[in-house]
Amino acid sequence: MSEAIIQTTKLTKEFIRDEFHVVALKDVNLEIAKGEFVALMGPSGSGKSTLLHLIAAMDRPTGGEIRVLGHALRELNDRQIAHWRNENVGFIFQQFNLIPVLSALENVELPLKLTNLRKSERIEHATTALKLVGLGDRLHHLPRQLSGGQEQRVAMARAIVTDPSLILADEPTGNLDATSALEVLTILGRLNKEFGKTVVMVTHDPHAAQFATKMHHLEKGELTN
Amino acid sequence: MAIPLAYNLRNLVVRKTTTIMTALGIGLTVAVLLAILSLVNGLRTTLSVSGDPLHVLVLRQGAESELVSLFTREQFQDLKFKAGIATGSDGQPVASMEVVTVMILASVDNPDGANLNVRGLDQRGVEMRSNVHISRGRWFQQGQKEVVVGKSVASRFPDAQIGRKVHFGRSDWEIVGVMDAGGGVQNSEVWGDLNQVSADLNRVQTVSSCLVKATDAVAAKALIQSLNDDQRLAVHAMPETEYYDQQTGNAKPLEYTGLIVAVIMAIGSSFAAMNTMYAAVARRAREIGTLRVLGFSRGSILFSFLVESVLLSTLGGLLGCLLALPLNSVTTAIGNGNFAEMAFGFRVTPQIMLAGVAFAVILGSVGGLFPASNAARKQILTALREV
Ligand SMILES: Nc1ncnc2c1ncn2[C@@H]1O[C@H](COP(=O)(O)OP(=O)(O)OP(=O)(O)O)[C@@H](O)[C@H]1O
Ligand SMILES: [Mg+2]
Repeated sequence: MSEAIIQTTKLTKEFIRDEFHVVALKDVNLEIAKGEFVALMGPSGSGKSTLLHLIAAMDRPTGGEIRVLGHALRELNDRQIAHWRNENVGFIFQQFNLIPVLSALENVELPLKLTNLRKSERIEHATTALKLVGLGDRLHHLPRQLSGGQEQRVAMARAIVTDPSLILADEPTGNLDATSALEVLTILGRLNKEFGKTVVMVTHDPHAAQFATKMHHLEKGELTN
Repeated sequence: MAIPLAYNLRNLVVRKTTTIMTALGIGLTVAVLLAILSLVNGLRTTLSVSGDPLHVLVLRQGAESELVSLFTREQFQDLKFKAGIATGSDGQPVASMEVVTVMILASVDNPDGANLNVRGLDQRGVEMRSNVHISRGRWFQQGQKEVVVGKSVASRFPDAQIGRKVHFGRSDWEIVGVMDAGGGVQNSEVWGDLNQVSADLNRVQTVSSCLVKATDAVAAKALIQSLNDDQRLAVHAMPETEYYDQQTGNAKPLEYTGLIVAVIMAIGSSFAAMNTMYAAVARRAREIGTLRVLGFSRGSILFSFLVESVLLSTLGGLLGCLLALPLNSVTTAIGNGNFAEMAFGFRVTPQIMLAGVAFAVILGSVGGLFPASNAARKQILTALREV
């Protein structure tokens, strides 16, 4: 067994709002090793997105511990987390979430604005990332001038441009047709195999899950394996 | 390091109608402010070129203006030989006894008649005003019922033209020339021969004031001191420049009213900027969440939206300058302290425009602060879920 890149112990997330009270995750003990491609499955409302958000430190757990890439996330403050996420985590959304007024290249360049790279280096890195996802000829297109599949590939280029070791994807093919979905999954597979990225992907689609090297199931906030 | 400026600029372009409307609102506010500042500036300039720092104006004790002052020929004889008064090429002291009165003439703005200052003075008095030159026609002649009118009088009063006659006192006076005072108040005056005017007004012995020239700045101070201390003379002496400065005092209410209007408008348009930016933050909630996921801090979100608001208001400020610029060619008139009409121009200078843009920037920062901090305070997940 290689080193654990993500490690949770009794990870719990409860949402309490006025009267009602939802336990989205309950005592989740999970270990994901470096270089794995994990598919996170389970019915709607089972807590898949919640788990992914906690791994990316986009939200704080209400109980238990979580360590990602050697950091106990609890110990980092807001600023440190922002910096840590920029450097180590690439996040891919179901709705792509590109910035509409920025071109493909500018969208991909965005995370590099937080690094010390010079403008020419940023352009070079962003171009390389876009070529990797097969969009070398779409650099100056705006998101609305691209198809859904192309938009998602720009989003993937943006997620990998800082060369993070961890890639998190929340139903990345959920809004795509079969062909585009296949392209996206193929790229995720390559990132995992050729570039050694650890990938955690939430999906409903058993076909998509086949690209993964490992599967975890969530049911009502609990891990069932 | 920060979220690129292009992000803000392009968002302003994308919602161009809102941007233009908001900027126009700010622009109008800035234009109002500029109009007031340039009006006051124009008035100040007019008054400052009118006076000579070495000139000392002497009025009767207690008199605030030349119009209400009474000055006798005996006083003039005593005063002429005070120490510190410059001597002319003819060996005589540089001092001018003058009579000032008011006449009524129909002007462009006031067809029913507006007040004009009439000044009777001799050759010496004319020479002392080095800023005043004849631009058309000729000077009035001694012993003749002739007058010369200022440039603004000629342009604003249809009847004040060379060859025509105007009536004041007990006579009709022929206009023989137009004088240019280079922006000074004399552009708004009518000048005639001292003896003719004072005789016509029945004021041969008691004229209005006396203007003297000191040898230098130190002598001017001492002269004023000694004139004011002289109980027997009973006069009130002051630098000519200060006299015209005091006349600006009458512009203060105008300035304050204008500034109050500008401040009220500023509050209104900073609310407009705030409203626009709140809408922008709400519409771009998902982008804010995404930027945070990419690693941008709350601080850079705050800064970015603040910058956008300032860009918006700067655009407004520039529009305001554009709106105010044509004022430069406008000449207007107000009644000055002597109840006479005085013409002056708006002066929209680069400094004033800079002040206008700075005002817009402040307005945008204030208006943008709340929306920007609202954007920065959003939780990532809440922001991402909003549509
Ligand atoms: N901000 C929130 N406030 C209240 N309840 C929440 C919040 N976010 C999630 N939940 C609840 O937590 C549970 C898990 O939500 P989560 O989004 O993780 O499910 P999911 O497995 O991703 O579902 P789906 O497949 O539909 O995306 C759900 O019952 C949901 O209603
Ligand atoms: Mg989900």
